[in-house]
Amino acid sequence: MSDTHRAVEAVWRIESARLIAGLARLTGDVGLAEDLAQDAFVAALEQWPVEGIPDRPGAWLRTAARRRGIDQLRRRTMTDAKHELLGAELSDIEERTPDLAAAIDDDIGDDLLRLIFIACHPVLSAEARAALTLRLVGGLATEEIARAFLVPVSTIQQRIVRAKRTLAEARVPFELPRGDDRAARLDSVLEVIYLIFNEGHSATAGDDVMRPELMRDALRIGRIVAELAPTEPEVHGLVALMELTASRGAARVDQSGAPVVLMDQDRGRWEHLRMQRGVGALPRAVRAGPLGPYALQAAIAACHARARRAEETDWPQIAALYDALAQVMPSPIVALNRAMAVGMAYGPDAGLELLDALADEPKLAGYHLLPAARGDLLERLGRGREAGEAFERAAALTGNVRERELLVRRAAVARRG
Amino acid sequence: MRVMVMVKATDSSEAGEMPSQELLEAMTAYNEELSRAGIMLAGEGLHPSSRGYRVQFDGKKRSVIDGPFAETKELVAGFWIWEVKSMEEAIEWVKRCPNPMPGPSEIEIRQVFSPEDFGAEFTPELQEREAKLRAEGEARQRR
Repeated sequence: MSDTHRAVEAVWRIESARLIAGLARLTGDVGLAEDLAQDAFVAALEQWPVEGIPDRPGAWLRTAARRRGIDQLRRRTMTDAKHELLGAELSDIEERTPDLAAAIDDDIGDDLLRLIFIACHPVLSAEARAALTLRLVGGLATEEIARAFLVPVSTIQQRIVRAKRTLAEARVPFELPRGDDRAARLDSVLEVIYLIFNEGHSATAGDDVMRPELMRDALRIGRIVAELAPTEPEVHGLVALMELTASRGAARVDQSGAPVVLMDQDRGRWEHLRMQRGVGALPRAVRAGPLGPYALQAAIAACHARARRAEETDWPQIAALYDALAQVMPSPIVALNRAMAVGMAYGPDAGLELLDALADEPKLAGYHLLPAARGDLLERLGRGREAGEAFERAAALTGNVRERELLVRRAAVARRG
Repeated sequence: MRVMVMVKATDSSEAGEMPSQELLEAMTAYNEELSRAGIMLAGEGLHPSSRGYRVQFDGKKRSVIDGPFAETKELVAGFWIWEVKSMEEAIEWVKRCPNPMPGPSEIEIRQVFSPEDFGAEFTPELQEREAKLRAEGEARQRR
């Protein structure tokens, strides 16, 4: 790849979300906006290596995309009155505003937020939302998204085409949701970002424990939303949670690439800058009333960050935070983590008692961390044989190769007693 | 990848001249843009080197030298830490920065080492420390 090609890609990464957001406001159609932006990108790939990178590459892309939009709309058979109107509107704006860049830049923050809301719209499947968000907001190429999710490029292509069609068919307006709708739509945005992050943090398939690039993409999008919607406490809670979780990334695997559990990690390898950013974002995640689920999870992660050595961990505090989390976000996974925290704070017997209550939970059937947690507690009680069995069951259930190796090893250690 | 973006000092920054209102506004707007792009992790401005010190090392000897320091163009007047996808992206962002100084000036971009950069290049001491930690971990588990 040539230097100019790489530079064009860098410009794309910087400009694409704003470009698409501005075009979506003008056209009212995210799919069309993305197509126009893509066309402009292709034009840049052709022209910039010859003519050099323009001084204001963003403005260049906007002009190119708009011209294409006008051409395309004029060329189309104008059966659709809306398109006719749109074509007129686009050329009208072009004539009225000599600096269209400025016109598009107006309220660009709100446009970006609208774009994020639409990419995470509940009419789309979770997979489609993640792909569309990475593409429209993160500026990732289809190939990059495919690589990140370990699926063929054609799958992502289809996913994006279908998502754009669904949005058009559902006539989803390019707007900022208000009132009660806003809270639900924001939840969806945060969910998508966290899903992307988790896919990077605990790869559900493949040989690697983590895909750090995907974690960084999620963090970046999270920070963007935090800047655009600064008064939403849970956005800051999510950013804090992601920064704190990511701060442990380097310590989560050893040199051979095998996973290392939290309590055995070399805390010297935790990243200070991220920990600081995470702990620093927490106060903004506080809201009137009980803390939200992301803020609580971030507060738990912050407890670990504050403990310089594993033995210094404030387990009673963590157990209390899990109690609160179980109130606002009751789920078997939270109950499982709560049992572990209680086991650390008040002894393995107390933890095991809570864990046994989850044994028949259908949502945890087949979830490898349930027997892994059991194995851990049993081992601490000196019940080595049972612990070994539990770890072996966990090993059989995980899809991650590295995790399986760790669990098999732990089973052997437990059986040796 | 993570980069450190350093604004190099000039005679005016070393003289402690404060930036004009206009430049301050432009810089604030630029910083906001960096935040809104989700790439900025940290950023600070530095006092002139007249308020700085250097500690020189020679074997076991340490000598402390007071600022200011002569080679102005090599000094740093401020820095950012950014998280970007590529060096090209960092360059594109730097090109968008308003000229940080009243006269000609320079910004330097350097890649920050990350754990991935070390990869197999862990020093032997570190490897040994790792092995020890792992052994301790296993011993703890056995207990």
